[in-house]
Amino acid sequence: MYRLRLWSVKRARWLEVFYSYFEKLIVWLHPLWKAIGYHRLEKPFASSERLVKGMLFDCQMCGQCALSSTGMSCPMNCPKSLRNGPCGGVRSNGNCEVIADMPCVWVQAWEGSQKMANGSAIQHVQNAVDYRLKNQSSWLRIAQQHNQKAIED
Amino acid sequence: MEQRNVDLSPAELLPILPGHNSPGRFERVLRAGKFAVTTELAPPDSADPAQVYERASVFDGYVDAINATDGSGANCHMSSIAVCGLLTRAGYSPIMQISCRDRNRIAIQGEVLGASAMGVSNILCLTGDGVQAGDHPQAKPVFDLDCMSLLALATQMRDEKRFESGRKLDQPPAVFLGAAANPFAPPFDWRPLRLAKKIAAGAQFIQTQYCFDIELLQNYMRRVRELGLHRQVYILVGVGTLASARTATWIRNNVPGVHIPDSVIQRLSGAKDQRAEGVNICVDLIQQIREIEGVHGCHIMAYRQEQTVPEIVERSGILKERRATPNTRTRVTRPT
Repeated sequence: MYRLRLWSVKRARWLEVFYSYFEKLIVWLHPLWKAIGYHRLEKPFASSERLVKGMLFDCQMCGQCALSSTGMSCPMNCPKSLRNGPCGGVRSNGNCEVIADMPCVWVQAWEGSQKMANGSAIQHVQNAVDYRLKNQSSWLRIAQQHNQKAIED
Repeated sequence: MEQRNVDLSPAELLPILPGHNSPGRFERVLRAGKFAVTTELAPPDSADPAQVYERASVFDGYVDAINATDGSGANCHMSSIAVCGLLTRAGYSPIMQISCRDRNRIAIQGEVLGASAMGVSNILCLTGDGVQAGDHPQAKPVFDLDCMSLLALATQMRDEKRFESGRKLDQPPAVFLGAAANPFAPPFDWRPLRLAKKIAAGAQFIQTQYCFDIELLQNYMRRVRELGLHRQVYILVGVGTLASARTATWIRNNVPGVHIPDSVIQRLSGAKDQRAEGVNICVDLIQQIREIEGVHGCHIMAYRQEQTVPEIVERSGILKERRATPNTRTRVTRPT
């Protein structure tokens, strides 16, 4: 699936625009999700997220999507699970130290971020992954978190 | 059972100065604006502490701190925390390397506390080489944290006095925190910004990968100065000796992240005594490196050629009038 993954990075700017609208839509539909019940939606959401993002990004379903900060290159495909940039082992041709014929996920991320309007988000320090969230939908979590924040504010 | 006297303060620790984080001398040397010299100790494949002291004694009087590697190259050796524990007992100033490859955050946070308790004042936060590079490629790579989240977590433990979970620490670890950088691997235009990110995560000093290409380093440092990063972090540039042109070629092809230009290999192969020429190259590089604005020291990695370190330090004149490491004892003792 490398080819599709690379296709997505090349279209990072377009995907960024799409995602920003998509996020607004999901957040806006919060009353609907609430009426149905977030717990009931978890499974269908996670399945569709796995399908779509799996195809586009080789998504590993970490449940805390960072694609918008990583140039649309999924960091969980890094053999060292790096969430904050490339290790020092990147080969001179830009390939991975561990998997010699795979382009480094973070070299891709850097190129993707250069195409994005908010590409500088790649400089934010990402905290360690919360492994409890693995295989859960990050879309639903965004809707929930946004509305919780709105209530708290 | 025989009663043993246990020395509860084995390491020679100094009062922590205002604005300092650790009781170690390495931080003092850097903050005083001296050109610092560090080196690397290869932990033995042995349970004999005498081997650690033997290897450390080579550096007596020539370095400000000694890095204890943590399964470097993903090869199995004595653990870095044990090496550091032994070194502090004998009055050495170690820099404990922590790699994210072999332990999860529960183990790592425990080690940060344990190390500080044993008098370790400096910690270098690394991601670590992949398991495929070493002698146990069948092992499970952990990578629960990465170098950046490890830095952020160690900083939180020290400054906010709590674990990642939020649970309070009775006494925080008094450590000076470092990270690695590789200016010699792509993507080159991101590397200086990645350094900025490490500083944001808590890095106070940096030790770089082997530098054999002064031009790449100069370009990198130019950008670092433009970003003003050289005023926010102490940068120690990594240097090393190459035993022969053959070794150099092997390292270039097999050790991840090491860039050796053809010119260096040609200079080695053209020399009568290649080993001596390797030392000459290292001395030349150090003299060029110390002229670069924003460089605060060098980190000499002389794997299996540790005996060349004193000569390199003497000949490059980096210590000047300063007699290094007041804190490494010349007498090597095995604690009882």
